Amino acid sequence: MSNSTPVKHHIPDQILMAYSAGNLPEAFSLVVACHLSLCEECRAQAETFDVVGGTMLEGAPTVDVSDDALAATMKLIAAGMPDQTEKPRPVKDAVLPQPLVEYVGGGVDAISWKSLGGGVKHAVLNTDKDATARLLYIPAGREMPDHSHAGLEMTMVLQGAFSDEVDRFARGDVEIGDEELHHTPIAEMGADCICLAVTDAPLKFKGLLPRLAQPFLGI
Amino acid sequence: MSKRLDSWSECLLAVKNDGDAASFARLFKHFGPRIKSFLMSKGASDSMADEAMQEAMAVVWFKVRLFDPERASASTWIFTIARNKYLDAIRKTNRPEPEEIEWEGEAPPEPAQVLAAAEEADLVKAAINRLPEAQRMIVEKAFFGDLSHSEIAQVTGLPLGTIKSRIRLGLERMKKDLAVLS
Repeated sequence: MSNSTPVKHHIPDQILMAYSAGNLPEAFSLVVACHLSLCEECRAQAETFDVVGGTMLEGAPTVDVSDDALAATMKLIAAGMPDQTEKPRPVKDAVLPQPLVEYVGGGVDAISWKSLGGGVKHAVLNTDKDATARLLYIPAGREMPDHSHAGLEMTMVLQGAFSDEVDRFARGDVEIGDEELHHTPIAEMGADCICLAVTDAPLKFKGLLPRLAQPFLGI
Repeated sequence: MSKRLDSWSECLLAVKNDGDAASFARLFKHFGPRIKSFLMSKGASDSMADEAMQEAMAVVWFKVRLFDPERASASTWIFTIARNKYLDAIRKTNRPEPEEIEWEGEAPPEPAQVLAAAEEADLVKAAINRLPEAQRMIVEKAFFGDLSHSEIAQVTGLPLGTIKSRIRLGLERMKKDLAVLS
């Protein structure tokens, strides 16, 4: 991969397992797919969980299939593959990993940002309703409102870097937030920070003002 | 380097190379009922699961030209197809896939350096069997069941992290070989 700085903050095994087992909402699968695009270590681990899935399938209890199941399948095969002529995957982007390019419909220039004030912008991506994926744009040096999480939050850095009470996060790094984590991420000086942030519940802001603004901002 | 193929991988190769319907029927007889029980364990009704299983097996036929026994054992490859069919047909959602690996400027690892997929599957099976009962139950419920992502996220200390993947083992072997040479 072209970005050679090694990733420091990885996807935990449980999340990789849920990705492999098909248990993640689409938005979380998206952040996993983006991280795997930049991190060979986690990719190898995710492939290992696919092997676990294969092993589980091999040892699975069986149930009766309908009497004509094989004949019906041969009919599907004779009818030919529906619509799946392998689409060429879209062009590469220096900031957005390929799975994101597919959701944005292009590179970083194609993102339709909405302003959240103070130079902070966001763009919500179209995924299933079980969780929300959004791109966040935080100008270098700016602070995000102090917030905590009702559910699970995963934030992956795509450009620039941010620091919070936990550590420093740069391109490819993923920070996992849950009920325990109250943090105030600050975008580092240098390049403006672009992140992919995924949550399965609305964020809770600590300060009064952001909380009042929350319904209007939709975050 | 000894490479052995399991019989299901041989069936897939017969379908891939010769369009062999008898091999496909053997695969169907073995994997069909298992894919159906996988789908039912994740909440599909009997008829939905039967139909989605047939579609998954049709995908096995259509995509068999992509099957590479060096990269995945038959059961792993078929599992990923069944999992994707579950997301697409039962959950009606999309599964973002990572970017294809490109080995920029460097040669991909020699096949001989990479652990054979069948050997890897054996290692994984052994590692699962060594898990404490409670941990193994969680893994089983994650794959065969509808344990939600938030339930899975709360699991701590999943010792499967110690299973080395094919790629990492391949790299480690290369390092060892280099150490011997120097």
